[in-house]
Amino acid sequence: MALTGIQIYKLLPQTNCKECGFPTCLAFAMKLGAKQVELSDCPYVTEEATAQLAESAAPPIRLIELVGEGHQIRVGNETVLFRHEKTFYNRPGLLISIQDTLDETAIEQLAKTVDAYGVDYVGVDLRIDGLAIEATSGDAARFAEAVRAVRRVSDLPLVLVGEDPAVLGAGVELLEGEKPLLIGANARNWDSMAELALQNGAALGATAASLEELAELTEQLRSKGVEDIVLHPGAARMGPTLAMQTQIRRLALKNFRPLGYPTIEFVGGSDDGRQQAVLATQAISKYAGLVVLDAFSPELLYPLLVLRENIYTDPQKPIQVQPALYEINNPTPQDPVLVTTNFSITYFSVANEVEGSGIPAWLLVTDAEGMSVLTAWAAGKFDAESIAKAVKQFDVAARVERHDIVLPGHVAVLSGELEEELPDWNVLVGPREAVDLPAFMKTVLSEGSTVH
Amino acid sequence: MQIEIPKDNWQGSVNTVTLGATPEEGGTRTRTVTIGGQQTLPFLHFEQTPPNRPVIALEITAARPGDWSPVLLDAWGDAIDDPGNWAGACESAGADLIVLSLGLTEADGRSADPESAVRATKSTLGGTGLPLIVLGPGQAELDNDFVIAVADATKGERLVLGLCEDSNYRTIVAAAMANDHLVVGRTPMDVNLAKQLNILITDMGLPLDRIVMDPTTGALGYGIEYGYSVMERLRIAALQGDAMTQLPLLVNPGAEAWKTKEAKVGEGVPDSWGKWEERASNWETVTAVALIEAGADIVVLRHPDSVTRVRNALDELMAVG
Repeated sequence: MALTGIQIYKLLPQTNCKECGFPTCLAFAMKLGAKQVELSDCPYVTEEATAQLAESAAPPIRLIELVGEGHQIRVGNETVLFRHEKTFYNRPGLLISIQDTLDETAIEQLAKTVDAYGVDYVGVDLRIDGLAIEATSGDAARFAEAVRAVRRVSDLPLVLVGEDPAVLGAGVELLEGEKPLLIGANARNWDSMAELALQNGAALGATAASLEELAELTEQLRSKGVEDIVLHPGAARMGPTLAMQTQIRRLALKNFRPLGYPTIEFVGGSDDGRQQAVLATQAISKYAGLVVLDAFSPELLYPLLVLRENIYTDPQKPIQVQPALYEINNPTPQDPVLVTTNFSITYFSVANEVEGSGIPAWLLVTDAEGMSVLTAWAAGKFDAESIAKAVKQFDVAARVERHDIVLPGHVAVLSGELEEELPDWNVLVGPREAVDLPAFMKTVLSEGSTVH
Repeated sequence: MQIEIPKDNWQGSVNTVTLGATPEEGGTRTRTVTIGGQQTLPFLHFEQTPPNRPVIALEITAARPGDWSPVLLDAWGDAIDDPGNWAGACESAGADLIVLSLGLTEADGRSADPESAVRATKSTLGGTGLPLIVLGPGQAELDNDFVIAVADATKGERLVLGLCEDSNYRTIVAAAMANDHLVVGRTPMDVNLAKQLNILITDMGLPLDRIVMDPTTGALGYGIEYGYSVMERLRIAALQGDAMTQLPLLVNPGAEAWKTKEAKVGEGVPDSWGKWEERASNWETVTAVALIEAGADIVVLRHPDSVTRVRNALDELMAVG
């Protein structure tokens, strides 16, 4: 639990030296309690106090950063069980595993493909976060070759997977200046794995089948000085995995430190590769920090990346789409312009229906501060003036010859004012609900363009 | 190290609802489906063994659907031309129950009417022994006409009739009460609107064990997070003891997912979207499984492959070790 200003004050030197920039230690303590200043601003704070303050200020789930050659993954730091309570913060990393038993060309090919993969979702470039290299061969030289092969073509953060410290060591020592994750430590090898992780600045995974064993293992690792730990709960099926993940999250949020770390789930390995879809869906929805898939398949990655965006969207801030003139079904200058606001759900409902209709159209999205049509209208964020402004801002008249502009039915009242604002345009009133758009477009709008 | 597992001790539980009736119970179904009864958040076996598993419904239409993806049309083949055959194929595909959506037109292009609605319902009941949900075409007046006729013609079957909405629920609820059926109510992604409709329906005297609620969801990528959180909030409220949120949850990941461009369109899309049929099936499966994690008791799907996958997920979620 975070300490109050008074509790912090007791840990400070209480000399009122003013070197921190505040007149008294108490004033500084209050600012610290409110997280408005850094403890390091106090030149005389004792090490003991620093440690105590750091402990109390530590987030319930430690933030772990994995660093490749430039890219990084940040997971952990979560504070709630349900996204509606506040939000989930750090999107779980999605990784693809590579077996070191593949030949080098195949490894390069796969790593290159994963590295290059990107997919656009409402203007966001979604990407795979890293690669997990598995020491399936059990051979140090071979594993090192696999790591080299990957690094020749990709700079993504790496997870090195194997139980033999000598084999993982041959790989991790090639990654100078990076912060990979080793998976990892278990009840038998934890001592030497801890040493390996510390020597190479790597994060370390702790693998165990029960919460008790996991907690014991992380305490052992901490006693050796390992702080960047990732939990690898060893449940095999969805039900037990959900139970373990839920228990870990609950305990961590109650400040049970031995389980206050992000988790990793390997969702591959099933006979039916398609089952990865359901396992990964649960992992993303329910508390995994890193999710490792065992095959690269865009038809699976795209939905999973989108799910991750959706679940990790801050529910307190309505997601907005970029105000712009969007093209749907490859419109020509002879197609109509539909208007709506930049609240994401509004945009999606409209865009989806228009797309589904198969009829080409331009969709003008105004800046309504992320509010839906009616809310924005009531708040004065969606009116004739703002629509006319968007028409000018996005140069609509230059891109579209047919000057039909369609208002959402809910704001039919704006049509008169909009005609005044846009004298060269024919203002039409569309349906109130997006679902009725295709019928409206098929009938009203296909009757031909209006000539001005 | 001894760890005390934090367990929630909820006061409330989800209503137990049975769909369908066997001949002994006054219907013609070969089996019934029972959902609800949970006293925990989904699948937390360490708090309570889930009393009933969520179930998978497959949606069929009274006449060949005009706007379904070719992927779906291919998957069902000729069965799609007859609700009875189609329902039988759904049962073979592993569905637990059937949703029959009545449309505005018949196969021959004529306007559908109450008689054709009853014919389609009877044909469906003849083609499968599974319990049945029957939904009107979505226009208040027609919904009422069709549903009254269907309710009268199938007395005692314990069908689920819908859709009840805040602007149109009285006739459907009355038809269900008079003929031993159930109803489903739909509200647009809002906890309070859902409660309000449940209050209106129960005020008419329909017992709570004959109502399920559809809180509406968006598809993956199209607002699923709103539906997901509304479902989690409804379920938490139910467990906290709020009676008007204790209804089992029905959602339509099939209809929503198959509306998206990702599922519907095979050409002219980015390569990064991957293979069409597999992507479409994943879109439906991922949407459905996410909603099951949020508390869905009935998921309505459209593709037979998705049934297999979602069933596997449910098997795994119901497994203890």
